[in-house]
Amino acid sequence: MEYFLQQLINGLTLGSIFGLIAIGYTMVYGIIGMINFAHGDIFMVGGFIALMSFLILGIAGITWVPLALAIVLVIAMVFTSIYGWTVERVAYRPLRGSFRLAPLISALGMSIFLQNYVQLLQGARSKPLPPVIQGGFVLMESPTGFTVTISYVQIMIIVMTVVLMAAFTTLIQKTSLGRQQRACEQDKVMASLVGVNVDRTISATFVMGAALAAVAGTMYLVRYGVIDFFEGFVVGIKAFTAAVLGGIGSLPGAMLGGLLLGLIEAFWSGYFSVEYKDVAAFGILVLVLIFRPSGLLGKPEIEKV
Amino acid sequence: MTATTYDSADTKARAFPWRTALIEAGITAFIAFMLAITMVGIHLETVQGGLAIATRFADVVVAIILAFVGRIGIVAMREGFPMVVLIGGVAAAALGLLVPPIDIVAAVLQALGGEAPPATPVLQIMQVAGGVILALRAAWLVWRQRGSRESQDERSRSLGDLSARIQGWTGYIGPVAAAFAVALPFLFYDRATIDLATLVLTYIMLAWGLNIIVGLAGLLDLGYVAFYAVGAYSYALLATEFGWSFWICLPLAGLLAATAGLILGFPVLRLRGDYFAIVTLGFGEIIRVVLLNWYEFTGGPDGISSIPRPSFFGFAEFTRSPDEGVTAFHDMFGLEFSGIHRVIFLYYLILVLALFVNFVSVRVRRLPIGRAWEALREDDVACQSLGINRRNIKLAAFMFSAGFGGVAGSFFATRQGFISPESFQFIESAIILAIVVLGGMGSQAGIVLAAVLMIGMPEVFRELEQYRMLAFGALMVIIMVWRPRGLLAHRDPSVRLHPPEGRRRLWSIGGRKAAEPAVSDGAAQ
Amino acid sequence: MTDASRPLLTVDHLTMRFGGLVAIDDVSFDAHPSEITAIIGPNGAGKTTVFNCLTGFYKPTEGMLTLNRGKRSFLLERMEGHDIAGHAGIARTFQNIRLFSAMSVLENLLVAQHRSLMAASAGSFAGLFGLPSYRHAHRTAIDKAKGWLDRVGLTHRADEDAGNLPYGDQRRLEIARAMCSDPVLLCLDEPAAGLNPRETQGLNELIVGIRKDFGTGILLIEHDMSVVMQISDHVIVLDYGRKISDGTPDQVRADPAVIRAYLGEEDEDTAVTANAAAGP
Repeated sequence: MEYFLQQLINGLTLGSIFGLIAIGYTMVYGIIGMINFAHGDIFMVGGFIALMSFLILGIAGITWVPLALAIVLVIAMVFTSIYGWTVERVAYRPLRGSFRLAPLISALGMSIFLQNYVQLLQGARSKPLPPVIQGGFVLMESPTGFTVTISYVQIMIIVMTVVLMAAFTTLIQKTSLGRQQRACEQDKVMASLVGVNVDRTISATFVMGAALAAVAGTMYLVRYGVIDFFEGFVVGIKAFTAAVLGGIGSLPGAMLGGLLLGLIEAFWSGYFSVEYKDVAAFGILVLVLIFRPSGLLGKPEIEKV
Repeated sequence: MTATTYDSADTKARAFPWRTALIEAGITAFIAFMLAITMVGIHLETVQGGLAIATRFADVVVAIILAFVGRIGIVAMREGFPMVVLIGGVAAAALGLLVPPIDIVAAVLQALGGEAPPATPVLQIMQVAGGVILALRAAWLVWRQRGSRESQDERSRSLGDLSARIQGWTGYIGPVAAAFAVALPFLFYDRATIDLATLVLTYIMLAWGLNIIVGLAGLLDLGYVAFYAVGAYSYALLATEFGWSFWICLPLAGLLAATAGLILGFPVLRLRGDYFAIVTLGFGEIIRVVLLNWYEFTGGPDGISSIPRPSFFGFAEFTRSPDEGVTAFHDMFGLEFSGIHRVIFLYYLILVLALFVNFVSVRVRRLPIGRAWEALREDDVACQSLGINRRNIKLAAFMFSAGFGGVAGSFFATRQGFISPESFQFIESAIILAIVVLGGMGSQAGIVLAAVLMIGMPEVFRELEQYRMLAFGALMVIIMVWRPRGLLAHRDPSVRLHPPEGRRRLWSIGGRKAAEPAVSDGAAQ
Repeated sequence: MTDASRPLLTVDHLTMRFGGLVAIDDVSFDAHPSEITAIIGPNGAGKTTVFNCLTGFYKPTEGMLTLNRGKRSFLLERMEGHDIAGHAGIARTFQNIRLFSAMSVLENLLVAQHRSLMAASAGSFAGLFGLPSYRHAHRTAIDKAKGWLDRVGLTHRADEDAGNLPYGDQRRLEIARAMCSDPVLLCLDEPAAGLNPRETQGLNELIVGIRKDFGTGILLIEHDMSVVMQISDHVIVLDYGRKISDGTPDQVRADPAVIRAYLGEEDEDTAVTANAAAGP
């Protein structure tokens, strides 16, 4: 029971991170109908930038944790967004309406490029971050000595995700940018005819996705204390799985998928085998795509004839 | 820098729009600054007990200057000054080669009293590569005598013409290339060269195999390396556990990989393009993780070692003193023993295997199934309306592709003598895909060219090895933006009603045309 | 055909719903061999959806679709799309032309003969080794394609990419491609869309010629009344997913329900004049 509860907490934390990244996948898919392979690497870049910011703040002597964290998040979001924007501008925008496989291959190329770019500039070794926030609550203590804890970091991640999700949903539903995004999702040509700047809206989508990925990268760094250039690949695929599981194109779906995937992975590693946890994630991706390609909350697609 | 030479060389009557150019270049430079200030400007150094920060601001300055100048070059090209850009690009590349940009900035900084910063060679590479790419594009524009902006269509068409011409030449170059490949071990009687050629041929074979599913059937398979792994492990296990001969295992490995293709393909083939891609990627990873963790069966991360080497078709062994009752290859032919015999033998083996794949791919393109693959790539809805069973056709493509991957895998196992999951990472799939894409999807000759460039070059220039994947990624993006169907993508009809005039029809049957990528012709003999 | 009165296609109480939207609502009609049956109706009336149900792209929510080919009957709603084309013998064209655009004109026509060629190539092995049986089948297929190229006037462009043909040629090529699969029922989805009057006239001749020479039943969706009224034997009118009229062109033209659907609730004489003007 205690063990179960602990895995539940761990799973929710991990799932929140997946969910934040999954939103980037799902939004881009919704608006231009392509899988942004490089999104996982944007997450990784976000993690690196957060790490740099932490170290610089440490040198600058800003050590009050809430302030430092806030500054790091802002820096990571701003600079990672620029990466997101550039990726779209360079690798995807020229390919609108091109040969079907072209954007996918371009995205794959971008992903490979970003990984190696970071590896060459920052080295292949994984970069550790000393624990920034320590401590937590002990929720339960069993007679056998097993304690269930929820750390401050975990609380922060979950709270942060909830806040961001709420803010984000409002953004999409209430603001004119959100309206423009939804319009582009439905019909780009029509949207441009009624005066929506399609290019700018798509750019904004990438910027928002990258900003969320930066938050996820920061959280991941704080929680697991380490990042390397290859991290984005696996985490990215899992986040994509989460997006598909929840129903690609659906924002609540992405979050739900993220949480589910986090839980599945936590329980799988907790009860079965840590070695095969990636297999579990991929297996779920395959099963969902085969049996319910529209995901849990997505709309079924009809083949257009 | 180079920018100052623009107006002097203005041969056309148009004035260079300095205002636009400077604004655009300024914005680009600003973005470059924002991108570079973090990743380039700060270096996380691993030191005792954690991380330390080093700054590389000189590199940031270089990045900004490069972005600025590069953007002006792009504007100049767009506005009809390709000649200037050609000269500027070449100059920039040459300058980058001779005097690393960082040295100049470092010298300036030192003169100002700063310290010499630690330099990354990435920017130098970028300057050279950027200069070359700009120069190439400009050269293309100059050659086409098109100063102004070319539409994607026009570019596509003119590049298509060029590819068509190149493919026409391959009708003649192909046999020459095949002959060269056959003669290679005797031209360069040297182990390193033959090993390199063997490696390149392995990738050519893999890329030709992948091309069936990506280039012909239009399905983006990102897990091709899985079949390569199935083939390699099949042979390794059959040979080490049961002592089966390579010559039995080779076709068997192909069959097993094809079966794996069938099993994996069955559920995923209903999926649409991008889902298909990501699921194949997932399968590739699943297979690797299983290989990594199933110790009893695969040896886990330790892999399988002492995999038997192939014999000379079962007649002789390539060892100095073989076991009792077994002939040694050098005795059989009355030669002096030399380790290179086996190397040469392996080289010929992969050459034959690769040519076989090419023969099948070229042949199959003219068969109903090959045409159905291409039709599927063009429009799968229309395929269904013509009574084509999309699933079966896709499965067939998947199996063909997987089978060839498996054969290549068992060759890899026997050549290396040792395999482990390390060799079957996603990045291998990406490299093979990059070769297919860069060469031109569906173009047999393009693949050879891309494989030689992509695999051969970094091996020759060892110091460039670490930049190889960076270049791969960048090239994939650039080629897609510039020519989405691949550099040498040109498609000749598989059958013609009116055979073109003056073409050699030596190897053609019926009405079809002889200008296929011609290495096949060597194989067809 | 053993029984001349037996319809080629029977559509029985066909209903197709997408979520809450009823695209086709209880539509029944027959189509006969060697007849041209036109389905007309305003935009969004569900015409193309009928085609998609017939050719297996959609599974109908309710209803029965029967195709009689010789002595055999096929229940289309239970078949897979490719079997409908391959076994039952229904071929179709698409509203937004779907050619294999990077393949040559001739290759497009060969892909349409995939099933017969595939059988001749014995799962590709006979083809791979160039056995005579396959070579013969291949030559026959090319001859058949040649015949169709002559008929649609594209012989001189046989080796060009289908995507490079002018629009009108693409339309005709798509029909030729559909016919190369030897259908008993040919479904044409707005074949005259985007054609000029001269091309439309040529199209009429092509369709009538197909019916005459091959006895193929033809199902036609068309907005161009000059095509519908001139060549069809039988017209079905759909509006908002329901069948509102069914009969010969003259009967349909005079049907008040049709006039209302097309022109709204207006004076009858303007409607009749408009219709007459649109007629031949």
